[in-house]
Amino acid sequence: MAKTLLILGAGTGGTMVANKMAHHLDLNEWRIIVIDRDEKHYYQPGFLFIPFGMYAASDVVRPKRNFLPPTVEVRFAEVERIEPDKNRVLLGSDGRAIYYDYLVIATGSHIHPEETPGLVDGGAWMKNIFTFYSLEGAVQLAKFLKFWKGGRLVLNVAEMPIKCPVAPLEFLFLADWFFHERGIRDKVEIVYTTPLPGAFTKPRASAILGNMLEERHIHLVPDFYLMEVDTGKQVIRSYDGQEVEYDLLVSVPVNTGARVIRESGLGDELGFVPIDKHTLQSTQWENIWVIGDAGNAPTSKAGSVAHFMLDVVVENLLRHMEGLEPLPKFDGHANCFIESGFDKGILIDFNYEVEPLPGKYPLPGIGPFSLLKESHVNHWGKMLFRWFYWNVLLKGGDMPFESQMSMAGKWV
Amino acid sequence: MSDDILSTVAFDAEGYLVNPDDWTPELAEAIAAREGIQLTEKHWQVINFCRQKAAETGKSPTLRQISVGTGISTKELFQLFPKGPAKRVAKIAGLKKPEGCI
Ligand SMILES: Cc1cc2nc3c(=O)[nH]c(=O)nc-3n(C[C@H](O)[C@H](O)[C@H](O)COP(=O)(O)OP(=O)(O)OC[C@H]3O[C@@H](n4cnc5c(N)ncnc54)[C@H](O)[C@@H]3O)c2cc1C
Repeated sequence: MAKTLLILGAGTGGTMVANKMAHHLDLNEWRIIVIDRDEKHYYQPGFLFIPFGMYAASDVVRPKRNFLPPTVEVRFAEVERIEPDKNRVLLGSDGRAIYYDYLVIATGSHIHPEETPGLVDGGAWMKNIFTFYSLEGAVQLAKFLKFWKGGRLVLNVAEMPIKCPVAPLEFLFLADWFFHERGIRDKVEIVYTTPLPGAFTKPRASAILGNMLEERHIHLVPDFYLMEVDTGKQVIRSYDGQEVEYDLLVSVPVNTGARVIRESGLGDELGFVPIDKHTLQSTQWENIWVIGDAGNAPTSKAGSVAHFMLDVVVENLLRHMEGLEPLPKFDGHANCFIESGFDKGILIDFNYEVEPLPGKYPLPGIGPFSLLKESHVNHWGKMLFRWFYWNVLLKGGDMPFESQMSMAGKWV
Repeated sequence: MSDDILSTVAFDAEGYLVNPDDWTPELAEAIAAREGIQLTEKHWQVINFCRQKAAETGKSPTLRQISVGTGISTKELFQLFPKGPAKRVAKIAGLKKPEGCI
């Protein structure tokens, strides 16, 4: 009987793994099954541009099936439970079981605004409180901003980790630009409250990005741990009693792993699956592998990271199927284009060991992208990324970047 | 007396213990006093949890991990260790600076 490779989640990571494995495995011997609850694929990086009218919802949604090869069996259903000791998962409300030989978990990271008192249940959600971390929130915020006359805009990050940790900064830069263009920048106060000690965690990037906030008169409130939203007084309150007033609150809510991970007892405190950060294998079950945001690897949760994980997960799965040891090849490589407004962007490139540094990328000395420095080319890189995402990346094709980080071209 | 004990070990620029082996419960009392905190049983419950978690994972636990792991609410953790409990406890427990996030 054929053996089964089961992939949970057909977002960025799961789709890439399905494509690559369909290419590598002998499909007389193996069947590949992918399960996702949602037939639509969302290009999440595009959510950022929706509030400012730069993208419409239709730019960021495509049918999932279009990105999966015909040889892969796709089922649209809720995964209710994972039972690793029985090598099976249970689907839907009727609890149908699917047995597997290998399991790839790609269930992502999800927002939970309801975890913060007052955020959703305070009666102002989608009225003057929004998030751009969901398509619906981004669309509603776009409608609100269209007619907003100005006031105090507060962007709050509730808790770390969040997926795409640079997205809040990009939102701020784009907001600054948007209000400039609208001619109301002098009527808008922009405030950024974050639990981090600065604009970003890694020291050199944090200093540079912090300066960029200052230049744009964006007020940074660091070490702010959100306790609750008081919609009556229109303030957000931290655990140590600081209050910040808002007219418009944009929230990056608490992120956790998928509910099914938590309910199946596979996750850590936040529902992320413990994995070996170099091999991407589950620390508990040797036939379980994790790609993308679902795992607890201490690197950014980003599509680019899922892409850099891909080759390692695929190679290690194939090795394990042949009885070989997995190789510790994943180095935490992340690179993120940061939109900085006015048609410019920044690029940062880093891994477990090395913080973001200035330099050129991907060709040392040449670029065309500048690391940790604003340029127009970086902005176009970000815009082209959407095309790459739909046409190359999801199908497991090669991006013009290496999986492992390189120090060449960096100024130490 | 607590001043004496603090001068016998090395701290980094931010006040984290350089050599984890230097840590003793007496030292913790002294560091806490320097931070303006008088350690109670509740404080010790948190400190012990963090030391155990760090021994397991090699990292100082996050606020969420401390709250879930000890069952003490985040709000109360802020009362016990004002202004950033995760960092405060790490200092007192002789652990590395919490990585925050990436
Ligand atoms: C606003 C924003 C901006 C971003 N910008 C960037 C950027 O500029 N660059 C970048 O690289 N990354 C960016 N990201 C991050 C990027 O989108 C994610 O890191 C990436 O999509 C992660 O892929 P994944 O496969 O781990 O999870 P996802 O793509 O989120 O896929 C998870 C899938 O699992 C499915 N699923 C979960 N639970 C179940 C269940 N129980 N049953 C069935 N199906 C289930 C979901 O339906 C989903 O399809 C951004 C994200 C956001 C929100």
